[in-house]
Amino acid sequence: MVEVKNIIKSFDGRVVLNDISAVFEDGKTNLIIGRSGSGKTVLVKNIIGLIKPDSGEILYDGRDLMKMNKHELNVLRREMGMLFQGSALFDSMTVLENVMFPLDMFSKDSVRDRKKRAEFCLERVNLSEAGHLYPSEISGGMMKRAAIARAISLNPKYLFCDEPNSGLDPKTSLIIDDLIHSITKDFNMTTIINTHDMNSVMNIGENIIFIKEGVKEWQGTKEEVITSDNKALNDFIFASDLFRKVKEVEQEEALEKK
Amino acid sequence: MRKSLHRLGEYTLLMMKSIAIPDRWSMFFKQLVREIYKLGLDSLWIVIIISVFIGTVIAIQISLNISSPLIPKFTIGYTTREIILLEFSSSIMCLILAGKVGSNIASEIGTMRVTEQIDAMEIMGVNSANFLIMPKIAGLMLFIPVLVIFSMFTGILGGIGASYLSSNGMTPASFEYGLQFYFNSYYIWYSIIKSIVYAFIISSIASYFGYYVKGGALEVGKASTNAVVMSSIMILLADVLLTQLMLT
Repeated sequence: MVEVKNIIKSFDGRVVLNDISAVFEDGKTNLIIGRSGSGKTVLVKNIIGLIKPDSGEILYDGRDLMKMNKHELNVLRREMGMLFQGSALFDSMTVLENVMFPLDMFSKDSVRDRKKRAEFCLERVNLSEAGHLYPSEISGGMMKRAAIARAISLNPKYLFCDEPNSGLDPKTSLIIDDLIHSITKDFNMTTIINTHDMNSVMNIGENIIFIKEGVKEWQGTKEEVITSDNKALNDFIFASDLFRKVKEVEQEEALEKK
Repeated sequence: MRKSLHRLGEYTLLMMKSIAIPDRWSMFFKQLVREIYKLGLDSLWIVIIISVFIGTVIAIQISLNISSPLIPKFTIGYTTREIILLEFSSSIMCLILAGKVGSNIASEIGTMRVTEQIDAMEIMGVNSANFLIMPKIAGLMLFIPVLVIFSMFTGILGGIGASYLSSNGMTPASFEYGLQFYFNSYYIWYSIIKSIVYAFIISSIASYFGYYVKGGALEVGKASTNAVVMSSIMILLADVLLTQLMLT
């Protein structure tokens, strides 16, 4: 479980995160949503320790990130997996070498076992056939899958995904969403996804946190999104005609059931 | 002034982070071999080509400028050797390499920064500066002396070639006599030591500019240019300092 308490972060006097508190539960896909510039990426960067908050606490199963020394922080980092928006695969390495990289750096297993583990991770994301290719030789969707395989290679407790569907077509986005969701369940990870893809919200949103102008505006599940009367949330999620109609149908069905 | 001091501090801290015991020696050696191949071996041909031609041109130009019958013809070989050993193969060659290798390092690390590859390493708990920068510094410092020796050898070969082709009174025999005349082997060591210092300057400054890139492709290009300019200035400064320290 990851918990953030009263996080405040400002840049050059401009408050970007204002007193944000939230709990991200184990075995669930936790989504942070909000408009571009609302502060969700800054929140994720604070949680993973790339940016230090001005005040507040970030707890990983009770361990305070702010109070950790260098060694403790390194130990924690090995429990984290991260999927970046642009995949962030290392250009000079093949897909298999990319997945093996965290193992090569930190695992004490033999080269054979490390390779076996990397191949298992690639198989898990249905990418076994692309191990010998370089990132420049594969598609965007394959790059995301390779990045997921790398993120789970050390069997992390916490998985962070920054805009996992950006630049992908709707069908590939669904595949990536389902993959993240099933991996979260299989490995009982705490997964935190930063997204503004409404399909992801409706598809895998088990715990959704809506950020507006640096403030936590709303928190709930994908089912609660439909019934919520929070104006800012509705304006954001149901901005498109399609989603508005989905909400109307769902509400009508709920009334009929009553 | 404040910005310069800030940059100097940033550079020092980066070097302290970079020059540390690697997390995994096997990975370090793998990277080191890769960097020696990419930065060093790949530069061998350009070093050889430039050295042969410049060696030839130096010999021809000196022979054209020494017209006095009072100056012996072996002076051409002697002067060519001194120019190549003392300045060309180390300082001038490293200025050329600052352009080739420095821009390569800055753009590679800069691209890794803007595409979040460095962030990915940090999240994994890898000391990205140590993993990326130290093999480049070590690789270049190990291989640049080899390039300098190749440059000296091929530069002098170019001069010998000129003595065969020349019609200005320069003969191969007088040129070879000049090459051996009053030879001081310390000059070779002087050149090698200078080149090792230059290798550190090129690799560390280029790495610094690449590592702290913010933005996109445009900024990577700017960082690459700044790295070459700053490395060149620092090489020239180091040249003056080292010459003063080692030759006077």
